[in-house]
Amino acid sequence: MQTKTSKSALFPYVLWIAFFVIAPIALVVYYSLLDLHGNFTLDNYKAFFSSVYLKMTLSSFWYAFLITFFTLLISYPTAYFLTKTKHKQLWLLLIIIPSWINLLLKTYAFIGIFGLYGPINAFIEVFGFDPKQMLFTDISFVFVSVYIFIPFMILPIFNSLDRLNPTLIYAARDLGASAFTTFRRVVLPLTMDGVKSGIQVVFIPALSLFMITRLIAGNRVITLGTAIEQQFLVTQNWGMGSTIAVFLILFMVIIMLITGQKDKGGRVR
Amino acid sequence: MKSLIQATIAILVVSALLFYAADTLSAGGGKGGKNTLTIFNWGEYIDPDLLKAFEKETGIHVIYETFDSNEAMMTKIQQGGTAYDIAVPSEYMIEKMKEENLLIPLDKTKLPNLKNIDPYFLDLPFDDNNHYSIPYFWGTVGIVYNPSLVGDLDFTSWEDLWDPSLKRKVFLVDGAREVIGMGLNSLGYSLNSLDDNELREATNKLITLAPNVKAIIGDEITPLMINNEATVALTWSGQAADMMFENEELDFAVPEEGSNLWFDNMVIPKTSKNIDGAHAFINFMLSADAGARNADYVGYSTPNIAAMDLMDEEVVTDERYYPSEEQRDTLEVYKNLGPDYLGKYNELFLEFKMSIR
Amino acid sequence: MNKLSASAKVYLTIVFIVLYAPIFYLIFYSFNSGGSMNHFESFTLEHYQAVFEDSRLLVILINTVIVALLSALISTIIGTLGAIGIVTVKDSKMRNTLLSLNNVLIVSPDVIIGASFLILFTMVGIKLGFASVLLAHVAFSVPIVVLMVLPKLLEMNNSLIDAALDLGATKKDVMMRVILPYIQPGIFAGFFLALTYSLDDFAVTFFVTGNGFSTLSVEIYSMARAGISLTVNAISGLVFFVTVLVVVGYYFMTSRTSKRMEGHR
Repeated sequence: MQTKTSKSALFPYVLWIAFFVIAPIALVVYYSLLDLHGNFTLDNYKAFFSSVYLKMTLSSFWYAFLITFFTLLISYPTAYFLTKTKHKQLWLLLIIIPSWINLLLKTYAFIGIFGLYGPINAFIEVFGFDPKQMLFTDISFVFVSVYIFIPFMILPIFNSLDRLNPTLIYAARDLGASAFTTFRRVVLPLTMDGVKSGIQVVFIPALSLFMITRLIAGNRVITLGTAIEQQFLVTQNWGMGSTIAVFLILFMVIIMLITGQKDKGGRVR
Repeated sequence: MKSLIQATIAILVVSALLFYAADTLSAGGGKGGKNTLTIFNWGEYIDPDLLKAFEKETGIHVIYETFDSNEAMMTKIQQGGTAYDIAVPSEYMIEKMKEENLLIPLDKTKLPNLKNIDPYFLDLPFDDNNHYSIPYFWGTVGIVYNPSLVGDLDFTSWEDLWDPSLKRKVFLVDGAREVIGMGLNSLGYSLNSLDDNELREATNKLITLAPNVKAIIGDEITPLMINNEATVALTWSGQAADMMFENEELDFAVPEEGSNLWFDNMVIPKTSKNIDGAHAFINFMLSADAGARNADYVGYSTPNIAAMDLMDEEVVTDERYYPSEEQRDTLEVYKNLGPDYLGKYNELFLEFKMSIR
Repeated sequence: MNKLSASAKVYLTIVFIVLYAPIFYLIFYSFNSGGSMNHFESFTLEHYQAVFEDSRLLVILINTVIVALLSALISTIIGTLGAIGIVTVKDSKMRNTLLSLNNVLIVSPDVIIGASFLILFTMVGIKLGFASVLLAHVAFSVPIVVLMVLPKLLEMNNSLIDAALDLGATKKDVMMRVILPYIQPGIFAGFFLALTYSLDDFAVTFFVTGNGFSTLSVEIYSMARAGISLTVNAISGLVFFVTVLVVVGYYFMTSRTSKRMEGHR
């Protein structure tokens, strides 16, 4: 019934897709077929299947998985508790505000905080432990990445929890469900859309993280994002950089297909 | 719905107010005439007072933009869209930009202050007869270290980096040319080597360094060295100078086997629309006074002899910042490797990075 | 309303401390008379003074805020309309294609987005500067808005719309009075994350800017080689305090007026 208004709503969006998505993809695919001298070739694709890039792909996925997992682990309870606070909208905003301060600055701050003479080690020493270099480890890398992504995970989960009808929970509890069962059978399924959305906005960008891999992980972690960055800005081999990007886009499409909404159909018809 | 509309109106009003504020502020900056000069430089790489002095002296309004890598800068100049009048690329990038016809030849008659530059730094292989470029700052690549933490190592040789006592203590810069170059130098080869066997040998040697490597990072090494958190780092002399300024315990050495001599240079890119103004600016920066003030502010080594006379004696005689000619002769300037070998260097560097675990 | 248990309070406190730790660290060093974030020498306000004397930096800051606000606003409008459009697409293949296209910019590294936008803009002949930066920011913020609005649309109950239509509401009424109010939290979430994207972006802005137009991120990143000055810390500290004040002030202002209105009813 509503089709007409809703379809015309799609118009600026489709225009955006055509100009800012399709056109860049076309450029990226075009460049991925060029070698260093501008000749057409499939060599870049062959090169991607060398052990170096496959290893990198695997490690990118592994870290993206870890980052998403811990972000979810921390964000879900945070979002849940936030919905129960008195000024929940205000608290939610206060979760987002730190993300508005420049990331490079915050990263430098983390270098100081994690440092040998930083506040964390000072704290550890109070308890009689030896100070430890925490920078340039997997743990610090995952920690800072999770830090960056937390607001992106909390927001969609908060929104789906917020509208959850409390009577549903009371009903479940009345019917004798334990707190855990209530959570698993009632709360979680009803907030699944929010969780999925959160996973998408964390996992997908986490695949192409770069800067942090150098600043916090000291290049001990190398992701596909780093490789693309290097190909574009150091080697100036746009061909290889674009090829890796093509694969990243492919991986993303696969992830979308896996996490995508099963044909529930549109509700706004 | 009401709050959506309210929010939209609030944003529009705030933006309009900010527009007005930005407009009055930049008008206060003296954006009068059409005579402007757009400078493209590294961030914090010039004394801002010099820009003001230049504006006052010439009446030219300066627009100052910054970049963080040579390659990104070149891409922007290649694409056009902004009329950059001055850019400050490193030497290897000048060769590349020359090849791509991105530079405008300099008119030396408009640069009388060129006489202030040490002839040693003129007519270098990357730009014969300084056709396109004038040196801005220069320096070396070496090892900055904390003498109290490394025993009796003094890094007169690259071999010292391999010392077993430095397990997990060495920091490297995230640059393929610097790291592979260091590997080549340590074997006595040229850091511009185009010999596959030498490159292979250098990479294998670097891989044996892996257990000593703590991290491969960039500019973030500065705070770590200053805080005594890092023991040894491969870095540029300019950055080492920054570190030593903050932490007097630190020392810097350029190993005797040889290393890199680098230059950042002023050029006029083909995007320029104010070529006369650009010459005026270069000449202004070449004056003894401006050169000295800039070197004081930035802390890098200046090629300007006349400026050195005006600077702190202690600084200009310090061989760590201003190595003697004899020392300089062991140093090599990067040559443009061409895309194939640059790719090769990067591949090998990646292989080395992946070996650190 | 459920009361928060003590352990929940502790948990939230820890999360907030971690989120704000680096920011307070930055602000702490903005009062350092030493030149860097290393040793705290003594207290000074000179860096704050420097902010107000540096009109170039102030203009850059204002530009940054304008671009962030406008790009977030425009991308929120486009993204919300897009999300509403997407859910009307019944063909699941078509819908998945749209969603995949939507996410391309989220997965693409900034250099690629920046370089391809630069090529695009110079091809079309858009002057590099404010307009190109604004366009680029709108472009890479749209997908996050879609992803924030979509779950709200999907969980919306059909019967709401049917009921409204049965009661004689026009399609426009349904949109304005049923759909938009329901998905409003998603819209705000999208807007705020679009702000985050815009304020954080360095690489894309670097490539598509020109003619003297610059944002804070571009300035900060290009300072890294020669050392980031504490003026930047000071400016971030100021921005932070103003933001918190505005947000808290706005929140209590609106919640008081809405309460008063409820009282009148």
